[in-house]
Formats: sequence, C-alpha cells, structure tokens
Amino acid sequence: MELPLPKEIERMRVPVWLRPILFLATLLFIWEIAVRTHPGLILPGPIAVFAGLLELLHHGLLLKYVVASLFRVTWGFVLASITAIPLGLALGWYRRGEMAFNPLSQIFRPISPLAWIPIAILWFGVGDLSSIFLIFVGCFFPLLFTAMSAVHNIPAVYIHAGRNFGLSSAAFVARVLYPAVIPQLLVGMRITLGVAWLVVVAAEMIAVNSGLGFLIVDARNAGNRYDLVVAGMVVIGVIGLLLDLAMRSLEQIKSFRWRSSED
Amino acid sequence: MSLVQAGLAATTNGYKLRAKRLGMVYHADGKSVAALENINLDISDGEFISIVGPSGCGKSTLLNVMGGFLSPSTGAVTIDGEAVTGPDQRRILVFQERGVFPWLTVEGNIGFGLAKLSRAERESRIAHYVQLVRLQGFEHSYPSDLSGGMRQRLQVARALAVNPDILFLDEPFGALDSITRVIMRGELLRIWQTERRTIVFVTHDIDEAVQLADRVVVLSSRPARIQQILNIEIPHPRNISSPRYLELRDELLKLIGLAYEI
Repeated sequence: MELPLPKEIERMRVPVWLRPILFLATLLFIWEIAVRTHPGLILPGPIAVFAGLLELLHHGLLLKYVVASLFRVTWGFVLASITAIPLGLALGWYRRGEMAFNPLSQIFRPISPLAWIPIAILWFGVGDLSSIFLIFVGCFFPLLFTAMSAVHNIPAVYIHAGRNFGLSSAAFVARVLYPAVIPQLLVGMRITLGVAWLVVVAAEMIAVNSGLGFLIVDARNAGNRYDLVVAGMVVIGVIGLLLDLAMRSLEQIKSFRWRSSED
Repeated sequence: MSLVQAGLAATTNGYKLRAKRLGMVYHADGKSVAALENINLDISDGEFISIVGPSGCGKSTLLNVMGGFLSPSTGAVTIDGEAVTGPDQRRILVFQERGVFPWLTVEGNIGFGLAKLSRAERESRIAHYVQLVRLQGFEHSYPSDLSGGMRQRLQVARALAVNPDILFLDEPFGALDSITRVIMRGELLRIWQTERRTIVFVTHDIDEAVQLADRVVVLSSRPARIQQILNIEIPHPRNISSPRYLELRDELLKLIGLAYEI
C-alpha cells in the first residue's frame, strides 16, 4: 500500500543521459514559439536555421567551409606548436634565457591576435597564408608560456632521479623532461586550440574568401540571410566542442595523465 | 703498479666513503646560512650508517653532498679514493616521496637505469628485483595504483637494479604510516642482508636508526656538526625490548636533547 508509490515515481524518472537532450529540446521549442509569436527580424527560429543548414549542405558549401577553416587552424596550430613548445621548454630550463626573453614576450602577449590582421594582410595578402599567420600568432604565446611553466613545475625529485642514473642530455630530455611536462602541455594545448578556433572565425571575416567566418559575414552581406548566419554559428560551436573532446581524450591516455591521477 | 695500489690504499685506508672537513654555506637573499661545519666521516664497505639530528639541521644537505648533488663549500667527499664531483649511477639516492616516475609502470621504473643492457639481461634483472621487493603481479601497474609502501619498495628496486655500491636514503619511510614503516624497516634489512650494499640512511626517527644501523651518526642543530657516532653492536635480528637496545636508544635521545618522558 505504501511501497508502490516510490516505484511509480522511479518508473517516471528521466534517465540521466536523456536530461540534457530534453533540456535542449525544450529551449529549442521555446525559441521557435517565441519567434513565431513575435515575427520580425530579431532572430530566425530553429526550424529556419535547420533549413539553412540543409541548404548549405545541399550546395556543398558546408563541408567546403568546414574543411577550409580546419585546414587553417591545423596549420597555424601545428606551426605554433613545433616552434613555441621546444622554445618554451628550452627557455624554461635555462632561466637566463627566459629572463632575457621575458620582457619581449610580456609585451607581445596582451596584443590580441586580431590586432595583427592589417599586418597579416600587408605581409601575406588576402588568403590562407594570412589567416594561418594570425592563428600562429594567437597560439604562439600561450603555448610558449605553457611550456615554460610546465618545465618550472617539474618536481625537483624527477630531475635529481634522472640525473642520478647517468642519462645523456638527449636521453634526459626524452625520458624525464618530456614525460614530466606532457600532462600540463596537453592542457595548455587544448586551451590554445580553443583560442585558435576563435581566431580563425575572426580572421576569415576579413582576410579570406572561404571558411565558416567568411560564411557568416557573406550570408549577412548577401541579402541578410540570418538563418545562414546562425547555422554557421551552430556549426562553429559543434566543431569547437569536438576539437575540445578530441584533445581531452588525449589527456586520458594513462602514461600522459599521471599528474591528475597522483595528486 | 704496486706503488699505485699502495697509494690508493693510503688514501682510502680501506674505507668506502670518506668525507673530510665538509662545510656548506648557502647564500640566499644576501644572507649566508651555514648548513654543515667540519664534517669528518669514514664509512666502510657494506656498512649500514644512519644519520639523525634535529629537523632542519642539514641531514639532507649532507646526504646530497655525499651523493654528488651538491658541491660542498669546503672539504671533499671521496668514494674508493675518487673525488665525488657529481651524481653517478654507482651511488643512488632514494627520496622520501614521489621518487618513482609516475609515467612508467613498475617494470619501466625498475628498468629505467638499464637502457644499456641487452633486452634479455634487462628483463631478467627486472624480474629479479620485482621478486626482491615483492611486487610480483604489479609489473604492469603504474605508481598511482600502488600504496605508499609499495612505491618506496619500487624506488629501492629501481636503485638496486643498476647495481650501485652505495644507497643513500633520504628519510625514505618518512611519509608512510607507522605500521607500514615498521614493515619497511624489516624489508630494507632483508634486502641489505641479501644484497650487501653500503647504506647511508637519513632519518628523524630515533627508533628507526637504532633498529637498522651499524653506526648512528648524531648531528647537532644547524650548522650541523658531528656530535657523536654511536656503535650499535647488537646483531640482527634485534630484540627491540632488550636492555641494551633500550639503553642505546635512551642515549641517542639524550644526545639529541630530548627527555624520554612525555
């Protein structure tokens, strides 16, 4: 007589995985209702945005622009990684180098990568190269500082232990320095990749004629197609999320994530 | 040839490690702090030496100087008649905490110093030391999956695997709970008796020093000087309620300046 009630409630409970989906669906529903009851050009509704997405897909523009943006992000990010990370590790290790370099990097750091747009266009013209350059600039300093602080944070015990076993310099870098900085580097790289994805959209609005940033500006300029603007925004958000998830899955590799599991 | 040998014998006098007139002064923030003062210590091959002293007196500094991680301001350390100028694989320092590499498995840690060996030899060495420190079944575990005591045993195994002459242990059981600490003392003695290495063991635990060592070096407060060297002539296994044990322990407590009534 008293027990069945909780069971009934139990049956009505929404599974955990369904909750965010339901919440999202509710928001989309409210959005659609709001747009329909107040027509006008405040914001296109979710159905219009979805239709816009299909239209972009149909014309083959969506895939083309996504690939163009990812191409630029990849190049800018990879170039920044292979220059800033070794330099940052070296500067972090040789404190004198860091002291010499520090004033310069502290001045460059607060300059928004977008402030480089005129110079990027001056040097590289309108095209892939200038947006790759902007992403490079946007990623270089965060990665440099991540690498330097990762070296500073290596527990002295690991360095002592590494030295005690008579490693050559190259072996020391490969077997102690590198594995010791990896967890912190991965976190820094994930955050920086997020920055790169922010920068590419802005860069494409000015410096190129393709990509998701260009799509947004172009959709507005070519007849106020705000459904396509919002569709572009949604795609940017989803891809940014996927990039973040990909980097997070790297952090889960057992020999990489030692720091989080030990402390 | 015989002249060289005679000369070598004269410098070592049969001792494994000799510290002569060691002094250490740190300079920080424009002030200089003396950590060690006129330390003279001779250690024989295969001997188990404990170093005790008030906290912050410079025990670890002395160990780091002997291990080659710090160079002394004055004086010198020689091992087998050869001056110590830096860390060396023939003498391994074991740390209190976080000494094992968390990105390597148990096998990877033990094999860390064995890169130059052939694969077969490396594997047999690893297997031997896994056995010695009783970590069978954990070969592929990461340190984060081990208890504190297991991690310290792993660190000792990694040190022994490279076949060092001397082990320097810097409060190796200091971060363990008291039960594990007692077990680890027994383990260390067992390993010392099978492997026969020279051990220099820094501790702040007086019982630990008296239970383990052949001789206990008592340091004064900063700057550390050798206050006294106590011979613990009780054979192993030691009965820790025997009158002689208690007598030596009380003597040590008095030397450090602690009353033995709380």
